Amino acid sequence: MTGQLRERCRRLLQDGAVQVVIGYGVSTSDGMPHPIFVRRPDDVDKLIWNEQCMANLTTYLTRDAVKALGKPAIVVKGCDARALVVLEQECQIDRSAMHVIGMACAGVGSPRAPKCASCDVHVPAAADEVIGEAPAQTGPADPPYAELEEFLQKSPAERFAYWREEAARCIRCYACREVCPTCYCPRCIVDKNRPACLDTSATVKANFAWHVTRAFHQAGRCTGCGECTRVCPVGINMRLLNQSLARAADEHFGYRAGTNRETPPIIGAYGLEDKESFIR
Amino acid sequence: MSEDFEPKIVAFVCNWCTYLAADLAGTNRLEYPPNVRILRLPCTGRVDFNLIIKALEMGADAVVVSGCHPGDCHYTAGNYHARRRWILFRELLETMGIETNRIFFSWISAAESKKWQHMITEITDQIREMGPYTAYHEISEATA
Repeated sequence: MTGQLRERCRRLLQDGAVQVVIGYGVSTSDGMPHPIFVRRPDDVDKLIWNEQCMANLTTYLTRDAVKALGKPAIVVKGCDARALVVLEQECQIDRSAMHVIGMACAGVGSPRAPKCASCDVHVPAAADEVIGEAPAQTGPADPPYAELEEFLQKSPAERFAYWREEAARCIRCYACREVCPTCYCPRCIVDKNRPACLDTSATVKANFAWHVTRAFHQAGRCTGCGECTRVCPVGINMRLLNQSLARAADEHFGYRAGTNRETPPIIGAYGLEDKESFIR
Repeated sequence: MSEDFEPKIVAFVCNWCTYLAADLAGTNRLEYPPNVRILRLPCTGRVDFNLIIKALEMGADAVVVSGCHPGDCHYTAGNYHARRRWILFRELLETMGIETNRIFFSWISAAESKKWQHMITEITDQIREMGPYTAYHEISEATA
């Protein structure tokens, strides 16, 4: 697949169809795949594709420095491609001004990333072309939200103690925010300081509020790529929070972020018939 | 629970209905516990979830969010937006183990001063029974 990918990208760059390819290359520090930006046809041999290509590259599409490089071709997995739909719904990208190369994927990471267990998008939807064959087993091995449901077996007090512990470990590096494709605000709410909306110190209280904020700003938007959790230097499982909101959106509104660009995003729209049981 | 615990309740209310209901309760001399601190906002749609978190951080034992009945919003749809948001937000709070039985939502129109009186009385009694929200107040004091 790497050879095919390189050939395609060489053609795209040579023909001038795109000016830059956003893909994976080998890191000089640890030999793992990391994001690279290929601008010359001669450099396409730096592109790779393997089971360690974890990063969700769509996060770069909304950045000014990347936009300045010209029309991009981007390498995506099925899960990453869902972020493209959200970005398009929210008018952050012009889908027609980019070339999306989908990679058929049987799962990434060793051990396998948790998201892969419930994957139902082994072949990216809405890609301009797909490289590789769909894996034989395409149905999800685990039901979605399995991890969350297991967590919810704990009592509320235990859950609170768990998040209190996690908040105490958080160092507020904002890697979770930086890596997230749908966290694209040019000025994040935590960076606003006149007046300060959120406490930026790394105290338990402030970290707790940050994790509530980060998660809820992704409500109905998170596509479950799991990058926040992967990059977290202290290993906070933010996937649980994202999953709880994804499940709520699914159960209450039958909405799954990044699956259909025609449905209006749930936050920002409303329904006269929205049902709840807790308002007096 | 100690005898002298007085619940601190923070109420975020809509300018166009619940605030007027509370005002009417005063004009009508309806008595209700003085434990509620009323914060007037233009609309329930304005109630950012961070306000709820901040209230808890600052020592509230319960939070009330109240606004216009569906269909009555001064801004046409602010309360519909709010409702949808709270449906999702409650699930996040559940996952984080925050006591959602301390967070109340209600629709109270400008004429329903009785409903306001009853609700605040009921909530105050309930929270007095439950005691202070020490779990959250502890994290507000923890430094590491």
